[in-house]
Amino acid sequence: MSSLSTNQPTPSRFSRLWNSNMGYSFRRNPVAIVSLAIFLIIAIASTLAPVLAPFDPYDPAQIDIMNSEYPPMWVDGADPQFFLGTDDQGRDLWSTILYGTRLSLLIGLCAVALQAFLGISIGLVAGYVGGRIDSLLMRLADIQLSFSTLMVAIIFLAVTQAMFGSETFNQYAIYFLIAVIGVAEWPQYARTVRATVLAEKKKEYIDSARVLGFGPIRIMVRHILPNSLSPIFVISTVQVANAIISEASLSFLGLGMPPSQPSLGSLISSGFDYIFSGSWWITAIPGVVLVVLVLVINLLGDWMRDVLNPKLYKG
Amino acid sequence: MSLLSVRDLTVKFAMRDNTVTALNQISFDLAKGERLGIVGESGAGKSITGFSLMNLLSRPGYIDSGQILFGGQDITQLSEAEMRKIRGNRMAMIFQDPMVTLNPVLTIGQQMVETLRAHRSLSKAEAEQIAILKLREVYIPSPEERLNQYPHELSGGMRQRIIIAMALLLDPELIIADEPTTALDVTIQADIMELLLELCQSNKVGLILITHDLGVVSQMTERTLVMYAGRLIEAGPTREIINDPQHPYTQGLINALPQQTLPGQRLKQIPGNMPSLTAIPTGCPFSPRCEYAVDHCRKILPEIVRYGQVEVACHEVSRLQNTNFEEASA
Amino acid sequence: MLAYLVKRVFQAIAVMFAISLIGFAIQDNLGDPLRELVGQSVSEEVRQQLRDELGLNDSFMTQYIRFLGNVLQGDLGTSYFFKEPALDVILKKLPATLELVAGATLIIIGLSVPLGVYTAIKPNSVLSRIIMGLSIVGISIPVFLTAILMIFVFSVELGWFPSYGRGDVVHVFGYWETNFATADGWVHIMLPSVALASIMLPLFVRLIRAEMMEVLQSEYVKYARAKGIRPYRIYFVHALKNTLLPVITVGGVQIGTMVAYTILTETVFQWPGMGFMFLEAVNRVDTPLIVAYLIVVGFIFVVTNTIVDLIYGLVNPTVNLARMGA
Repeated sequence: MSSLSTNQPTPSRFSRLWNSNMGYSFRRNPVAIVSLAIFLIIAIASTLAPVLAPFDPYDPAQIDIMNSEYPPMWVDGADPQFFLGTDDQGRDLWSTILYGTRLSLLIGLCAVALQAFLGISIGLVAGYVGGRIDSLLMRLADIQLSFSTLMVAIIFLAVTQAMFGSETFNQYAIYFLIAVIGVAEWPQYARTVRATVLAEKKKEYIDSARVLGFGPIRIMVRHILPNSLSPIFVISTVQVANAIISEASLSFLGLGMPPSQPSLGSLISSGFDYIFSGSWWITAIPGVVLVVLVLVINLLGDWMRDVLNPKLYKG
Repeated sequence: MSLLSVRDLTVKFAMRDNTVTALNQISFDLAKGERLGIVGESGAGKSITGFSLMNLLSRPGYIDSGQILFGGQDITQLSEAEMRKIRGNRMAMIFQDPMVTLNPVLTIGQQMVETLRAHRSLSKAEAEQIAILKLREVYIPSPEERLNQYPHELSGGMRQRIIIAMALLLDPELIIADEPTTALDVTIQADIMELLLELCQSNKVGLILITHDLGVVSQMTERTLVMYAGRLIEAGPTREIINDPQHPYTQGLINALPQQTLPGQRLKQIPGNMPSLTAIPTGCPFSPRCEYAVDHCRKILPEIVRYGQVEVACHEVSRLQNTNFEEASA
Repeated sequence: MLAYLVKRVFQAIAVMFAISLIGFAIQDNLGDPLRELVGQSVSEEVRQQLRDELGLNDSFMTQYIRFLGNVLQGDLGTSYFFKEPALDVILKKLPATLELVAGATLIIIGLSVPLGVYTAIKPNSVLSRIIMGLSIVGISIPVFLTAILMIFVFSVELGWFPSYGRGDVVHVFGYWETNFATADGWVHIMLPSVALASIMLPLFVRLIRAEMMEVLQSEYVKYARAKGIRPYRIYFVHALKNTLLPVITVGGVQIGTMVAYTILTETVFQWPGMGFMFLEAVNRVDTPLIVAYLIVVGFIFVVTNTIVDLIYGLVNPTVNLARMGA
């Protein structure tokens, strides 16, 4: 009976995901469950920073230098209004960490979105057009990869900072960070996408799509790209973790977010000067948050790699 | 006494939620110097049989029950170290694709010498002399030079010859060849088979030839096993099986041979596909594809029964045979 | 072989050209050499005259070619701050950085191969699980945090190791002073090298493990087992050599990355290398020194990558160098 199929409600996207192979393996993997839970807690808490934070770390009126270097609650000499203590400028550490995590996550995600956009476009073009353009683009990818991203970013940001002066640089630091981390890592995506394009291009359905008169962009986006989704997924997870580390490292060097608008990296950096005088918490607490954030993303990436088992490009 | 005697060999694969039976109670014998063919579609369990005999099943596969008596000794009970002394020494294996069988970063000489020295205490020079001798036996031109070459410098046919030479290095009692020519160019397939046959005969080595090609089996072997979905369904002298196949599946295989078809006629194919090991039907596993199948076949698994020189697992055959006997006796 | 070599060297030169162009563009736009020379108390007329004399009014191309000519002669300009040739300043700092990289490389090679091989051979053992667990924690901790943590634990709390500087160094020759000659030098280089190695080591362990596990699944390893070869020979002769080939390629890129990480470790440990110097130069807007650093680091990258590519070609018998050049 044909009505049978219409009687059954089509399963929702969520229930399909839940019952898929991936959903199954997720439910059986406690590490993945805990990692996702922690990631979601951090992501939601930091997104809601303006609501959750008792102080606004960007508002100078709420900062009193007399409150500086209060330890966290469980240590002697704490001030009860500052649950995790205060930093060297007298800012509430808990509030500053919430805002800082939000910045770190935002920069990481935007940078990876930029990487993915550039890499996927270049990879599709290289694989689809082929010939000289392909070999030129892949040569560029090789060269780009042979320079470490961090090195390129350090030099680029250092020169930009020297050129515009700290004042202007600090104002636009977030855009510079996204741009430099985003641009430097495109080959990761481009190589994988190109490999899929080359593999798919040989298959018959692409020919038939071409015969049917579909344009190259439609063929690439609608037919070829879906086949590279699982490697793109896996790469993206690892790349977000790397981008967050890169951002933290750059900010630690004073080449990223300024102390007035600290990300986790700049917060750790400002705390480092006080580590010898015993105020360990300014460094340690944001440090723990940073490591936990990156660790859970990496663990999710590992799990995803095991489940999807994509063919990743190897150099 | 037979060289090899396999009794009720059952191999299983441990999957995530259940175990899959890949080989189901296989039994057969091989006399000294005898050549045996194992035929079947891919997935029937031929290669798994070959690897089980070497005790080389890789996880998640394992021998669940049964015996493999090699020279009277049950090798399923041997320790890994004891088994290692048999592999390559008394029992050698020829793999399917010579392009990926040899290690790309070691020279032919290194790979031959290490095989000899794994089993005999020989100096490198002595081992190389034996290697050269064996390479000459498989008609490799200028064998001395080959020893210093890497696999990628040689053609596929040349590599398979070298692998045959390696199998013969320690004068084994049994060679297991797993589709040794499928990966090769059609023009050299016959050469390689001929070489293998010649060497087995002259050295009196037993051979188990795993293949899907009944034509090859008819030229190379004295006895044949036909496998289907992890079970043995027909076994007997190759001549009998080719000329007078009993099991409907074997009949189908033979009818599908190009030689059995007139020019211009379509090749006769067996309808349908072999069931996957996770979804084997009840009763006779071949029943969904069998034109003679009756209700009985779909419910009860046929035992393998001996009729004269051949053994067959088929209800229909036993019914026909019985009526024949009854008619004859009447 | 020769064709490949020529092609590879040609590419290296092309990349160096690009770097020099970037370097020149930075020098051209960053800071005013005139102000550094004469200060601000000079009239506009004199300025223009000086600009002409210094060739600052010439076209971009003329200036770039002059810059390139100087670079090829080893003249990378004079540091505003040190009042010394920029290349000399860097070469004085270079040994400290290279020794740090050498220390970290030793730790990485010495540990990653045995750990990677072990975890690949025994993937389900408790020790392997611990190693893999630690490795993912390792790649999740930024280098500077490891460095800070180590200072806090081993210098501040335990007092076992000094937290900054190179300690007693012994002069070898030229600008090269070494840490590896005195006990004090060893004690000083310990923490920075471990910190520098901390992120690469887990990366390499994971890489070697993944490659090795793939190789162990290969037909030729199965075939070696079928020949009755002993397990240790299969692991260390058949599998390891095939495992290390791709690792060499990745390793070459990682050496470059390590130079970047020296900036972080040198900053935390106030290690007087060229990374620490670079950050100071940035803060002082010492343009010639910044440009010189860019060119020297670019040169190190290009040379190591070229050498690694050539080594790969030589070690891997399946790479036909003659054909690759065509």
